[in-house]
Amino acid sequence: MTPLALSAFTATSALGRGLGATLASLEAARTGLAPCRFETVQLATHVGEVAGVDGVHLPGELDEFDCRNNRLALLALRQDGFDEAVRAAARRLTPQRVGVWLGTSTSGILETELAYRRRDPVTGALPADFRYRGAHNTFSVAAFVQRVLGLEGPAAVISSACSSSAKVFASAQRALAAGLVDAAVVGGVDSLCLTTLYGFHSLQLVARTPCRPFDAERDGLSIGEAAAFALLERPQGRLDAGAVLLLGTGESSDAWHMSAPHPEGRGAAAAMRQALAAARLSAADIDYLNFHGTGTPSNDAAEARAVAAVLGSRVPGSSTKGATGHTLGAAGALEAVICALALRHGLMPGGVNTRAIDPALGVAYLLENRRARLKHVMSNSFGFGGSNCSLILGRAA
Amino acid sequence: MSGALTAWVESVGVLGPGLPDWPAAAPVLAGTAAYEPRRTVLPPLECLPAAERRRTGRVVRLALTVGLEAVARASADAKALPAVFSSSGGDGENCHEICQVLAGPDRQISPTRFHNSVHNAAAGYWGIATGATAASNALCVYDASFGAGLLEALVQSRIEETAVLLIAYDADYPEPMRSVRPIPDAFAVALLLAPVARPESLAQLTVDLSTESAERLADPQLEALRAQVPAARSLPLLREMARRERATVVIDYLEKLRLRIEVSPCH
Repeated sequence: MTPLALSAFTATSALGRGLGATLASLEAARTGLAPCRFETVQLATHVGEVAGVDGVHLPGELDEFDCRNNRLALLALRQDGFDEAVRAAARRLTPQRVGVWLGTSTSGILETELAYRRRDPVTGALPADFRYRGAHNTFSVAAFVQRVLGLEGPAAVISSACSSSAKVFASAQRALAAGLVDAAVVGGVDSLCLTTLYGFHSLQLVARTPCRPFDAERDGLSIGEAAAFALLERPQGRLDAGAVLLLGTGESSDAWHMSAPHPEGRGAAAAMRQALAAARLSAADIDYLNFHGTGTPSNDAAEARAVAAVLGSRVPGSSTKGATGHTLGAAGALEAVICALALRHGLMPGGVNTRAIDPALGVAYLLENRRARLKHVMSNSFGFGGSNCSLILGRAA
Repeated sequence: MSGALTAWVESVGVLGPGLPDWPAAAPVLAGTAAYEPRRTVLPPLECLPAAERRRTGRVVRLALTVGLEAVARASADAKALPAVFSSSGGDGENCHEICQVLAGPDRQISPTRFHNSVHNAAAGYWGIATGATAASNALCVYDASFGAGLLEALVQSRIEETAVLLIAYDADYPEPMRSVRPIPDAFAVALLLAPVARPESLAQLTVDLSTESAERLADPQLEALRAQVPAARSLPLLREMARRERATVVIDYLEKLRLRIEVSPCH
């Protein structure tokens, strides 16, 4: 594929608001996970909650979009001058030529969960203030982001569980290559809700302690929430040395099981190989790998096999989910932004919480931060339904 | 758009109220047979192992049925086909059941309900049913879900020089969601799109963005279906394909954008 520039990017997660706070947390090897105090949830688990989301107010004319997910989206858009960078691009290219591709798994379903507690005791009807389109519908976040940024081009939400906001990079890249748009806002937004907290609990995939990806004693994932965005454009003129590029994307399906990965990581390996082929790189070119690394016994085992098969056992890598929690539909974009920070600052973040690496996994998992000049990094995202996506990002020079 | 998107339709699958498959739907849409609406009948899914079949809801059956029809009509190999699934609401019954349990005193939702709650459930079961290991996508674009799915599939077909299977599907919610999202019945359409013409191709589509108004259907009952079910916004396009005459049609997409489609029959 033709490389694309990430001409602006930002992330807000339990590690903090914007790139500065995110980088500072990564440098300090801090975790954003804390015991779950969310809503009325009674589960012995840790979550990566973003502070202050409830205090975000949507502009009055966008009131119909009010929900936790869109508040989180707005909070994130306002960091690092991201919203202004997109508006400037829209002025330059026209609003019709800037597309929006966002990933989310649960959108504003928290509003629906709460509305179901307020159903009419006689008729069972939802309360009159319930807004299906603005809050519940999975497309809500992309419609909202279009409105906030004044964009009028093609738009879509990709909702393929935990690969959602990695796959948006692939779809947007193709749309740019086909000339459908001249720039694309890509990203992911997922927020805490009862469906995922109780749902992963029902599957016995939730860790009791902060999740410990790749640990011999890992016992599950910790759920987090995040919003992360990037503006993708064709590189204009001479790029400065610190510029970050999207170099390759790969997508595959496991065709195996709805909630368990293929045990050999067959689909994961296929996605990584495709990303390498698209970027015209070989395994030896990858300097750092951001694992999907949820911390469930089966994910990490399957991913390790896939990584060993494609990249060998040499490439240093880590999962940043010990720091952020698994942010589900936002994970792909959040981890792409973390990879962009890694490239820009020469920082390979060590996996926090993990104490003793599972020797059976055979990967070069980093327990501590490492400094090095990085040229190419890979990020893996795998979701329920066997949906896999790998991204490769690189430095312009 | 700088250069419209084009692809050849290899085959069609359709299922909706009074529209049991493409051979039955085509004369109705072309105006040579009367439309007799009756509630959408979902056939049993023979392609999934029994254990998986028991776990699937109506929406998954709907999506897989039209996908299998399109693949069979083109004698295509589903294993190698990338697929784009697009749905406005996904599995409304499953969502309702989860919300109901979460609103009650015991919040223990069923693990099967939870894994079926992902918007890409149909894509996941499609992979399990057919062995398809190529990329699959799962889009939601509210009322624009068909148009967005069509664009996604056309772009992917062009850039990756591959046939792509598009499956757009929507089913009705149970109450109380039905009152806030009144989709009356299940409707789904599948188009197998190829980047080059083949001897069996049905029609060439050339698609561009437009701000013209979307066309309506003359039959009031078909028009009601088009207006009320996002996946049925495809009906004016299907009508032109059924008529087998060269035509240009504008269909709904986003609030400020429509899709202008030139349809050129191959036979």
